[in-house]
Amino acid sequence: MNAVNLSNIKVSINGIDILENVNLTIPEKEFLGIIGPNGGGKTTLLKVLLGLIKPNSGSVKIFGKVPEENLGMIGYVPQFSSFDADYPVSVLDVVMMGRLKHKKLLGGFSAEDRSIVDESIELVNLSDYKYRQVGYLSGGEKQRVLIARALTTKPKLLLLDEPTASIDSKTGKSFYDLLEKLNEDITVILVSHDIGAISAYVNKIACLNKKLVYHDTKEISAEMLEQVYHCPVDLIAHGVPHRVLNEHDHGNE
Amino acid sequence: MFEIFQYDFMINAVAASILASIAFGVVGTYVVVKRIVFISGGIAHTAYGGIGLAFFLGINPFWGTVAFAIGAAFFISFVRREKNQHEDTLIGIMWAFGMAIGVILIGLTPGYVPNLMSYLFGNILTIPRVDVVGMLILDVVILALVFLFFREFQAITFDEEFSRAIGLRVDNLYLLLLVIIALTTVILIKLVGIILVVALLSIPAAISIKFVKSIKAMMIMSTMLGIVFTISGLLLSYYLNLAAGATIIIISVIAYFASGFISRFVVKKRTS
Repeated sequence: MNAVNLSNIKVSINGIDILENVNLTIPEKEFLGIIGPNGGGKTTLLKVLLGLIKPNSGSVKIFGKVPEENLGMIGYVPQFSSFDADYPVSVLDVVMMGRLKHKKLLGGFSAEDRSIVDESIELVNLSDYKYRQVGYLSGGEKQRVLIARALTTKPKLLLLDEPTASIDSKTGKSFYDLLEKLNEDITVILVSHDIGAISAYVNKIACLNKKLVYHDTKEISAEMLEQVYHCPVDLIAHGVPHRVLNEHDHGNE
Repeated sequence: MFEIFQYDFMINAVAASILASIAFGVVGTYVVVKRIVFISGGIAHTAYGGIGLAFFLGINPFWGTVAFAIGAAFFISFVRREKNQHEDTLIGIMWAFGMAIGVILIGLTPGYVPNLMSYLFGNILTIPRVDVVGMLILDVVILALVFLFFREFQAITFDEEFSRAIGLRVDNLYLLLLVIIALTTVILIKLVGIILVVALLSIPAAISIKFVKSIKAMMIMSTMLGIVFTISGLLLSYYLNLAAGATIIIISVIAYFASGFISRFVVKKRTS
């Protein structure tokens, strides 16, 4: 079964087209990177997958089901910059939020919920930070908190919105190692405008700027980028070890 | 100096200050972390329209404020559900409209009606015992709701999108939170006035957030600060013959700026 099946998705907000005729099929256990300029519709596409935005036309299938039936099955890792750093909440309590759908009104979280939360925190290596206030962690640590929270929903699909924004190249390596490990069981979709950071780890790349161009490869070519950004773009693989961007034959898409 | 406590009105005022501080401390915490001080101000001021309508119709002003404040909460919730781009403008319009209706209807009401000032700043020294009991009931209702929905409110105030993504009924929870704010406003307007409602919802919580690392601690600290501000304001106004509500606000504002300096020297604990 395919993890994601989008056909002819169109989204317009206040009369402005954000996504046009987007078609995308993602097999299970794929690790897809979606790149594109800011304002190109990346976050909107993630919200369509999550069922938070209903497309004006087209169909969305996640593991063969419409998004409404999938609420809670998709692990969502939003951008950390959208949070208030002053918000007084501990790592443990943020990760707990992932189990809220299972919490009973009276009686609270079950022992199972708590052990799932502990496992997730362990998996992202934050056990020593459990009682720290989230706002005071480093960018990479915050990102791992949000991944742990997403994992408590036991997702089959993990969506990450600009995870590289708050991560420097040093912590970036261990961050992608974590994603690679998760990818053994889970389909991962990662959205970023940071072309260099993304390309070393993903299996496939799609470019999004209103329209989506899907390439059955993970090499990025200058033509691909030109098509998306509508202007020549220099390929610079910054901060990514052992990676050279290959020449990509544009003829066989 | 404690001879003032031989007066019944002072005992009622002190009891009301403590009960009001509990409501302000708990509800104000959400108002500050969710950054909806403006929205809360909108609800409180819109309620003035209900006071005017109640006087005009000759009914108890309590019901007028309940109707308008809860109506305002539903209106804001509706505007958000519709994802209206001009949410802040619409709330500003609602705010002004409520006040204008109140002023006009009170003007049209024949006979004696209280002036605008007593509803803006309240009159904490004239609180009857029955209102103190009413506040106690309100506190119990608020604490019960916050106890039941503590995790949910934490989730929607921290990260609305994620809460939606896991299937929480975010819009309904947010409406419940607004209704709790409206209820807090309603009972407390009569006691401390519209302006003091806004001040005490925001200032104690805004000070606390600099020193605490959990929502629970923030609620407790905000409540304690509320008690200190209201009671010290009450005593000061009594001895200096000043307006109680305005004195409480001045003390709170001075404390807010003082806390900015203090928080620079008190390092917030980063580990447990």
